[in-house]
Amino acid sequence: MSPGAPLAAGAAGPMTPEPLRVRSLRRETADTWTVSLDVSRRPGGFPFQPGQFNMLYVFGVGEVAISISGDPGRPAELLHTVRTVGAATHALRGIGRGGTLGVRGPYGRPWPMEEARGQDVVVVAGGLGLAPLRPAILHLLRHRAEYGRVSVLVGARTPEDLPFRRELARWQEDSRLRVLVTVDKASPGWTEHVGVVPALLSDVEVDPARTVALMCGPEVMMRFTVRELERRGVPDARIHLSLERNMKCAVGFCGHCQLVPYFVCKDGPVFPYEKLRPFINLREV
Amino acid sequence: MPEVTSSAPEEGRAQLSLEQFAALLAALRGEGWRLVGPTVRDGALVHEDISGAEELPRGWTEVQEAGTYRLARREDGALFGYSVGPKSWKHLLFVPRLRLMSAHREAEGFRVESEPTEPPRLALIGARSCDLHAIAVQDRTFLEGPYKDPDYAARRERLFVVAVNCGQAGGTCFCVSMRTGPRATFGFDIALTEVLEGGHRFLAEAGSERGAALLSRLEARPASEEDIQAADAVVERTAQSMGRTMDTTDIKGLLYRNLEHPRWDDVAQRCLACTNCTLVCPTCFCSTVEDTSDLRGDVAERWRRWDSCFTLDHSYLHGGNVRHTIRGRYRQWLTHKVASWWDQFGTSGCIGCGRCITWCPVGIDITEEVAAIRATDGARSGA
Repeated sequence: MSPGAPLAAGAAGPMTPEPLRVRSLRRETADTWTVSLDVSRRPGGFPFQPGQFNMLYVFGVGEVAISISGDPGRPAELLHTVRTVGAATHALRGIGRGGTLGVRGPYGRPWPMEEARGQDVVVVAGGLGLAPLRPAILHLLRHRAEYGRVSVLVGARTPEDLPFRRELARWQEDSRLRVLVTVDKASPGWTEHVGVVPALLSDVEVDPARTVALMCGPEVMMRFTVRELERRGVPDARIHLSLERNMKCAVGFCGHCQLVPYFVCKDGPVFPYEKLRPFINLREV
Repeated sequence: MPEVTSSAPEEGRAQLSLEQFAALLAALRGEGWRLVGPTVRDGALVHEDISGAEELPRGWTEVQEAGTYRLARREDGALFGYSVGPKSWKHLLFVPRLRLMSAHREAEGFRVESEPTEPPRLALIGARSCDLHAIAVQDRTFLEGPYKDPDYAARRERLFVVAVNCGQAGGTCFCVSMRTGPRATFGFDIALTEVLEGGHRFLAEAGSERGAALLSRLEARPASEEDIQAADAVVERTAQSMGRTMDTTDIKGLLYRNLEHPRWDDVAQRCLACTNCTLVCPTCFCSTVEDTSDLRGDVAERWRRWDSCFTLDHSYLHGGNVRHTIRGRYRQWLTHKVASWWDQFGTSGCIGCGRCITWCPVGIDITEEVAAIRATDGARSGA
């Protein structure tokens, strides 16, 4: 370009969020909330694919990467389910109905819903790991005839830590899904499983030739679940994990989310296990 | 990466006297370019704004070794008689602190204003081949991914590059091993070779049309066969006197299969996690984002600031840090630099400038660490 030519000033860069109003807040557990954002002024709403995430900005406080937890078939509604763990998430919780959040996204590689078509799908969630899987489950229900058997295995520390509890109960009544729920520590009145999530797999019929697994949760839970699925003969290429790492930019600039060769923000957060196998069992990668 | 090629006589090569070289810088200033070049500051050669050739470090050189940097006097009046100082050009393109946006509270919510990107027009004076390779490496991060960094892109577009082919290798240089020098092969408007024997002069080569146009305005004498041979000899001598070497044979495979090598425990005993290597490295690109607000809570700002994978915070996740030991952080840095960079960007992240060796306060040497792992390839930590 010729020297001195003016450059477009003020063009919104990839680090600039869009302000959106909070339409409602719904409590999921003692420390977890589902925030609905008003996207009615956006033509087409907020389209996304299951497993993608947004960066949510709280005015003057900070920004965090949060999975989109809504229905991909209903882009007029934008949902995020947030656990209050740090400064930004606490501030986010404090905004309340009518307040404004900054949003940029959607980012990341989604769950392989196309690849899973015609296959049995095993969904494995630990705690709030259910949030990025909920859009996948809603997609499976919406396109139910295109998939084989669908199993949903969910674990949490206690029954009170289960997000989307009423919806889980509804899904358990839904003949189109097989839903198994377990907790580490039961409370009075609990009639479901007690124990670790991978143990639920023994109650699920797995046909290794036609099973795709989608999982999100603590890495230790995912490692043991992968081990169990491998033992049942499911190939690594069809076991998909959603990972969490520190993210400052979500667009491949900041370097924080690196996992040896990968940027979790742009190469993930969803990875087939075959790509992670050389690295995920090492400490501190 | 392009091979180091020998220069052949061709059009666009000219012989510049010292006066004509000074006139070249003056002409660039006259065209509105801000000159940034090497100058002596606080006991080091750093890139700063200069007004002309008289501010260049005439007669100065550097002595570099692991953990050591000293300025020294040369016997001659060379203007570029050293290798690379602590500051690469990264400061000017991927700037250390940058405001990304401001947000203004309004009756309903807030309004976001992104930052205008109207950077200065800079003429880089004395860019070395390794550093031109480093710019090309950073281009892949900021311009060639799914997203473009608009600030980097704007700064990158507004450069005039006067490269200098190195006439002296530093004690920690290993560009020959990394195939990134010492001759500049791309990324410049004009490349110079400073020739001291037989009269102080420069061989100039145009790398762009505007570079050629500028050279022709200086009415310089076309370079003769002898001029070109003299300049080639300077660069050849530099290539023969590298302070370090690094064997890059299957270096990605080497590092990937040695992620549990005991050498990581060894280097962790020496590394202070001070971040110096990442700050002087011309390709390290990690940054963090800081969101702040004024005391009244009416105006908020977002700033980007250089970060380093050697800080504990870099890998923070609620409940802990992924890389909580120095072993894990040094392994991340070195493995990224010479191995996983290939997977991410199709190039080495190390360009052989040696800055991380020189500026490490305890003298950790990247070439020595790679060699130590190679010497005991496959060894596993007892832990």
